[in-house]
Amino acid sequence: MSSHQRISRKSFLNWFLGTSLGATILATLYPIFRYVLPPEVAEAPTNRVLAGKLSELPPNTGKVFRFGAKPGILVRTPSGEVRAFSGICTHLNCTVQYRPDFQHIWCACHNGHYDLQGKNIQGPPPRPLEAYRVDIVGDEIYVTRGA
Amino acid sequence: MRLGERIWHALDSRLNLQPLVQFAKEKSVPRHRHDWMYYFGGLTLFFFGVQVITGILLLLYYRPTAEAAFESVQFIMSRVPFGWLIRSIHSWSANLMIAAAFVHMFTVFFSGAYVKPRELTWWTGAALLLLALGFGFSGYLLPWNELAFFATRVGTDMVSKVPLVGDWLLKVLRGGEDVTGATLTRFFGIHVAILPMLTSLLILLHLALIQRQGMHEPQEKPPLPPRPFFPNFVLRELMVWLVGLAALAALAAFFPWELGKKADPFAPAPAGIKPEWYFLFMFETLKLLPAKIFGLDGEVVGLAAFTAGGLFWFLAPLWDRKRARGEKSLFALLVGWGVLLYILSFTALSYLGVFQ
Ligand code: FES
Repeated sequence: MSSHQRISRKSFLNWFLGTSLGATILATLYPIFRYVLPPEVAEAPTNRVLAGKLSELPPNTGKVFRFGAKPGILVRTPSGEVRAFSGICTHLNCTVQYRPDFQHIWCACHNGHYDLQGKNIQGPPPRPLEAYRVDIVGDEIYVTRGA
Repeated sequence: MRLGERIWHALDSRLNLQPLVQFAKEKSVPRHRHDWMYYFGGLTLFFFGVQVITGILLLLYYRPTAEAAFESVQFIMSRVPFGWLIRSIHSWSANLMIAAAFVHMFTVFFSGAYVKPRELTWWTGAALLLLALGFGFSGYLLPWNELAFFATRVGTDMVSKVPLVGDWLLKVLRGGEDVTGATLTRFFGIHVAILPMLTSLLILLHLALIQRQGMHEPQEKPPLPPRPFFPNFVLRELMVWLVGLAALAALAAFFPWELGKKADPFAPAPAGIKPEWYFLFMFETLKLLPAKIFGLDGEVVGLAAFTAGGLFWFLAPLWDRKRARGEKSLFALLVGWGVLLYILSFTALSYLGVFQ
């Protein structure tokens, strides 16, 4: 057998073992990798919810409500207007609240302030809160997203 | 022959243990002005042992679901005999462990013990500190109370700022888009299976490295002969452990760890919310950062800076050429004091309420 043949057989073996080792590792890791990532839960997208009652929301108060899986915030301004925003602080994901003493929206986590339009006015939040549309039907406050 | 001796001979004749005994007899620890610092690594290990034992005990009653977690901790604290004590010790010991680890790290840094040939010991130690912080962060959520819930929302949200893989990481960590019961179950698995396994392995490696290389000694020749490891050093270390145990028992008994209010995902974050003390300096820094820095989100810049700083600290054995040559390094000294003063002052000011 010539040395040339021997080398090529050796390199073939190397290649074969190397790639099958790689394939085995991949075949082991891939399912684990996919398993760790949780499956998407098919949730009917919530676009409109009954967020609260007008009679339970006097002027200069606020309320966190459930918008699908996420919190939203209803605000009744001191002048009596009702507004709704996403309740999730744009800084690092805390849930905001209405502070009657400041008369605006506040995030306790890093002292972030938003005005009554949901605009970030002080502290670390980098963006305004997403605003929702509010419809009042009788005493009921409905909030709609993406309008 | 007495029974003990017979057993010893039986084992020795099969396993050849004599060299090990000889080794233990000859092992010694340097003695000098600052040799007090050799005890803090061991003290950290002691608290880790306490964590393992109390952690296993807590597992007997704890239930890792959003519905049952809070109630099960409540049950441990109010109904199980000494349950309050076990939980309180677990919480306090976690804090003392991290405190001891910090002291250990800074003494190693200031004595320049991380330079060649001990780079690997420094790096395994740094990895262990990260794991300890991971323990603290994941364990904090397990009682499923209000503070923990928001601390976890904030902490995991930081992960989403990592370029490219951030969103993916966030989902893996939270077990979905939001912090839910799925997150709790994941954190539980991380806290009781993944982290303990990694930590145990790394501790073994860390100790093996120290064993192989011996303790670092300061430059100037020690005036005193080294101290025999066994029994002198071991007994002294045990004394330190006893002090640690006494401190732990006093803290756990007189300042029982509180449980707080059950987490409600649809309640606003409570006023006065803050993380554990060892994250306070980062927390307060994030609070001080403006919304935008050079057109980028403030928190992204802040987190990037923390990462860079941590990396710089981690890589000390590579940039500290002077100490590696056995010279004094003013730069390393300044870095050490800078970091120490920054952490201490921000933590203290936070407790004093200066950032409110
Ligand atoms: S999460 Fe709201 S200010 Fe940081």
